[in-house]
Amino acid sequence: MTTAQIKYQDSDEVDFVIVGSGAAGGVLAKALSTNGFRVVVLEQGPYLRQSDLVHDEIKVLQEDLLTNHPVLQPGTFRKTAQEKAIPQRVAAYGRCVGGTSVHFTANYWRFHEIDFVERSRVGAIPGTGLADWPISYADLEPYYTKVEWEIGVSGLAGSSPFDPPRTKAYPMPPLPVKSSGVIFERGARKLGWHPYPAPMAILSQPRSGRSACVHCGFCYGFGCEVGAKSSALASVIPMAERTGRCEIRPNAYVHRIEVDATGRVIGAAYFDEHKKTHLQRAKAVIVSANGAETPRLLLLSASKHFPDGLANSSGLVGKYLMFNTSARSVGLFEEPLNDYKGFATSRVLHDFYELDARKVGFYGGGGLDARFDYTPYFFAMTGLPPDTPRWGQGLKRDLSHNFVRTMEIHSGGTSLPLETNSFSLDPNLKDAWGLPALRLTYKDHPDDVKSIHWLNDRAMDIFDAAGAVKKWSRPISEQQFGVHLLGTCRMGDDPKTSVINPDHRAHDVKNLFLCDGSSLVTSGRGQPTMTIQALAYRAADRITALAKRGDLAS
Amino acid sequence: MPSRRQFLLSGIEGISGAWVAAHWPAALAAAQHAHLVKQSGIAASFEFFSPEMAVEVESIAARIIPTDETPGAREAGVVYFIDRALVTFAKEDRTLYAQGIADVQAKTREMFPGVERFSAASQDQQDKILRALDDNVVSKARPFVARPAPQSFFETVRQHTLLGFLIDPDSDRHGNRGGIGWHVIGRERDHMFQPAFGHYDKDYPGWQPDSPAPQTK
Repeated sequence: MTTAQIKYQDSDEVDFVIVGSGAAGGVLAKALSTNGFRVVVLEQGPYLRQSDLVHDEIKVLQEDLLTNHPVLQPGTFRKTAQEKAIPQRVAAYGRCVGGTSVHFTANYWRFHEIDFVERSRVGAIPGTGLADWPISYADLEPYYTKVEWEIGVSGLAGSSPFDPPRTKAYPMPPLPVKSSGVIFERGARKLGWHPYPAPMAILSQPRSGRSACVHCGFCYGFGCEVGAKSSALASVIPMAERTGRCEIRPNAYVHRIEVDATGRVIGAAYFDEHKKTHLQRAKAVIVSANGAETPRLLLLSASKHFPDGLANSSGLVGKYLMFNTSARSVGLFEEPLNDYKGFATSRVLHDFYELDARKVGFYGGGGLDARFDYTPYFFAMTGLPPDTPRWGQGLKRDLSHNFVRTMEIHSGGTSLPLETNSFSLDPNLKDAWGLPALRLTYKDHPDDVKSIHWLNDRAMDIFDAAGAVKKWSRPISEQQFGVHLLGTCRMGDDPKTSVINPDHRAHDVKNLFLCDGSSLVTSGRGQPTMTIQALAYRAADRITALAKRGDLAS
Repeated sequence: MPSRRQFLLSGIEGISGAWVAAHWPAALAAAQHAHLVKQSGIAASFEFFSPEMAVEVESIAARIIPTDETPGAREAGVVYFIDRALVTFAKEDRTLYAQGIADVQAKTREMFPGVERFSAASQDQQDKILRALDDNVVSKARPFVARPAPQSFFETVRQHTLLGFLIDPDSDRHGNRGGIGWHVIGRERDHMFQPAFGHYDKDYPGWQPDSPAPQTK
């Protein structure tokens, strides 16, 4: 396990620099270094080890141990381009080796066939950029399978009648059912629906030297101290390092992609932990910095050759941002569920993945799941019924009674791609390195709002059918903050209407590739990481083929 | 009439404010501090609070999570957690606390002339004072959501009290002493569990396939 790690010099022209070590960057690092290439991964955050992944809520959740810091990296928000953007936190993402996959919930369902061809199926939706993908589910299927087997996904093939076709079963059985899962399953089946064991990127059995889940109860928001959560940090990053050809370089904050006089990329400029700048040279650069930071980096890399930002001849870098919609309903039951034990989700339901607009009156669809992902403190702050007093004996009574008897149903839904929803550079606010801050412009499409309300009503139906003692919904508010950062450098065949081609190559720059949530053409139904990783495995194959036939050189 | 020691430990309802006022020696703060220190075995001195501030803050925390048939904020050592917070992750709240305590005392005197400190008021009086100070702003705090804007002293103490009552007792934050807060809400102290987890999954027969998918959406 303890092989000496390779270190490259900035002046070494490696084969690939990958910006970002998360779900996509980690997979690309593993696949490309395995294929024989010399790879440097530049990660803005620290390299944390399992022993750093503590259960301290203050350190992890309040002080952003694992995530981007809202003071060092501020943002601004406005609903429309006509408004003045005001400072607030606009995106949260993993800022450490492994990226957001370190702290995510690990729901790992595949996109369905419809997600790739929805524009053809439902027709144009005026005012939106709804488009078909240039690739199909069938193109991605082998890579979904690869994700399941290589990073480790637990699940039960064939358990959802709505699942898309697959060539291979899951490598491990599903995680054990929680009380929330049993309640969800019983309620949903009474209604004639089809709940199934949640596919989760968490090991249900020991695998590849990693422990199975020990059900500690600090999962969502936290890193896994036993390596059971199949984050990039626990899965593909160590494999990349073991090739002896991949260097993971933490605390390296890339602020510019440099090009030569011919418009070719020559490397990535970054700040080290002392804010000193370096230029890592490479034959090609792959940006996997997430759907907020990838477009920001391209816009920061404007130059004489690329006055509107690198790879932005379409003007679409940063646009068509999709957050997915989400809603949470809470149910209280008579007996203890003890749902704080374990991972978040054990049952999912896809009966409403694809709603018929002619019947419901709007475009949309989504997935429902049974979950509980509160720490005790956050439960006290947000998990109690609206009529619980905020302090005193009433608070203590409900807190004492409800904590072990509460579960949630989470609904995740579609976001339509709108050109007006975007990440861009704020002209006034700077981050701690003096770079323009992220500016979010976002307004949900009315159909997205209708769809998530409709899905949330089904969640409430399940609580009724399951015999909840009490149920309520969290308010569904307009989105002005995101964790699913999707669509901002969309894939397509036409350079006028997309930023990358189906090989993830920037239309405008031959040796620049973009692969992460920004590549998505549609939003899916609320669980994008599985698809981001399948895309990354596929991109690695495409890029390898291009490199092997010498197509990356000028 | 309960002994002072019993009173300090129990904090039960029904003890009149008059009794408290009459039996509130100047040394009480220090005595209570010493008692708590002895009970907890943690550092003998507060790092930020004066003994008087500590007694005031603890009295507020004890109304947010009161002691009844089960222990509350007092027994969980929340005041120690807050003191530690104010020299670590919540340094920026020091002014808010210093000013807030003074404001609470001013409100106490205004509402109940003759009562000099919040901690000297009866529980009924204390609740009335806190109700007057509670701006009732619903917090949006949740992992990864934008930090709340500057907030009132009461809301800050409320959040710190909940956090100090419910934080992982095995962290070094000086809160949730002895895992009391987790015990009260039914959270076992372990960080490793095996199924069955709860009532509803203990007799689960295992996954059974259901009928095929209907065509309706």
